[in-house]
Amino acid sequence: MPTNITLEVLRYMPEDGGAPVFQEYEVPLRADWVVLDALNHVKDHIDGTLSYRWSCRMGVCGSCGMMVNGEPILTCAAFLESFAPGPIRVEPLAHFPVIRDLVVESSDFMTKLKDVKPWVIRKEGEKPLSEGEYRQTPEELADFKQYSMCINCMLCYSACPVYGLEPGFTGPAALALAQRYNLDNRDQGNEERMDLLSNDEGIWSCTMVGECSEVCPKDVDPAGAIQRYKLAGAADWWKSLITRKSK
Amino acid sequence: MDSSSEYSLHHPKWHRDRTPIFWWVKRWVYICFIGREMTSVAVAYCAVLLTMVYRALQSGPEAYAALMSLMSHPAIIVLHVFALLAVLYHSITWFNLSPKAMVFRFGRWRVPDLMISGGNYAAWLLISGGIAWAYATG
Repeated sequence: MPTNITLEVLRYMPEDGGAPVFQEYEVPLRADWVVLDALNHVKDHIDGTLSYRWSCRMGVCGSCGMMVNGEPILTCAAFLESFAPGPIRVEPLAHFPVIRDLVVESSDFMTKLKDVKPWVIRKEGEKPLSEGEYRQTPEELADFKQYSMCINCMLCYSACPVYGLEPGFTGPAALALAQRYNLDNRDQGNEERMDLLSNDEGIWSCTMVGECSEVCPKDVDPAGAIQRYKLAGAADWWKSLITRKSK
Repeated sequence: MDSSSEYSLHHPKWHRDRTPIFWWVKRWVYICFIGREMTSVAVAYCAVLLTMVYRALQSGPEAYAALMSLMSHPAIIVLHVFALLAVLYHSITWFNLSPKAMVFRFGRWRVPDLMISGGNYAAWLLISGGIAWAYATG
């Protein structure tokens, strides 16, 4: 078993004005190290100029997503040994503008998350506090719980070729989040969201590649959420057509 | 900071990669996806073919015989074998994906994915069997 492994890290330094280039680093190949540990080793002991994002180191914060050997993955969950003997190619998340090295610009994603109105919308208004909380059965919770597990790591956007080709596409995580609220029986904003998302940049852009669900570290299944959304959208359209005709 | 650089502290110059036209050849799953999308052409061809057969039937025995004679050309037979394989691939991949879109619950019980795709296959076999039976006996 080799004692070291090579990391090929894509470096982009805007102040140099050049295109991104790969830089190699030799790091110890330790059984308990993940790719993020190797990057931290580089940062602490070899090259302090390397930039990347990370926080929790336990698959919760969703900030250490990168392309590892061409696959979008959380680097805190990618053991070095599974890539031995290497080299391991580390690049910033695909389909996002790169600010520096492995740091991507995520404003577009954040805007799209907000656009789907990811909060409980009450048409009838909130009931008074004296009436107590909105109760849900375990089945009602199970309807949307899966879609609420998203950690906003953006791996699904990197795996989605549609987002790469059409950056206007709302994208997997935002649409899954919209579906999370649509399926919540306390929410009454389904129609409002459908008006926003039933268009060419919303649900109908998805061509069901399915890779967003494959790479999701939390098994959210955004591809499934979007297909369910499409079915609901089509049913709504037929319903409106019939209602219009019968009037 | 170098004055010639095209960025400022609060608005850095981003690097953007363009998605190449052959993005889909990089991974096997993307090749399968493009394959599935391309089979839509075969599905459209089958729909046109069905319309042609229907129109020939409406136009009388001569028109139908002329169409059948065209269909028996070896090149057309090869084309139809490819169209059949493409349509089968199209149907199977979509039937397998159907549980993604269709979620049924009966109380606490969620219908398993296998039963949903299995239902599609059963309906397919039943309808195809019905057509074959009607053709064989009619």
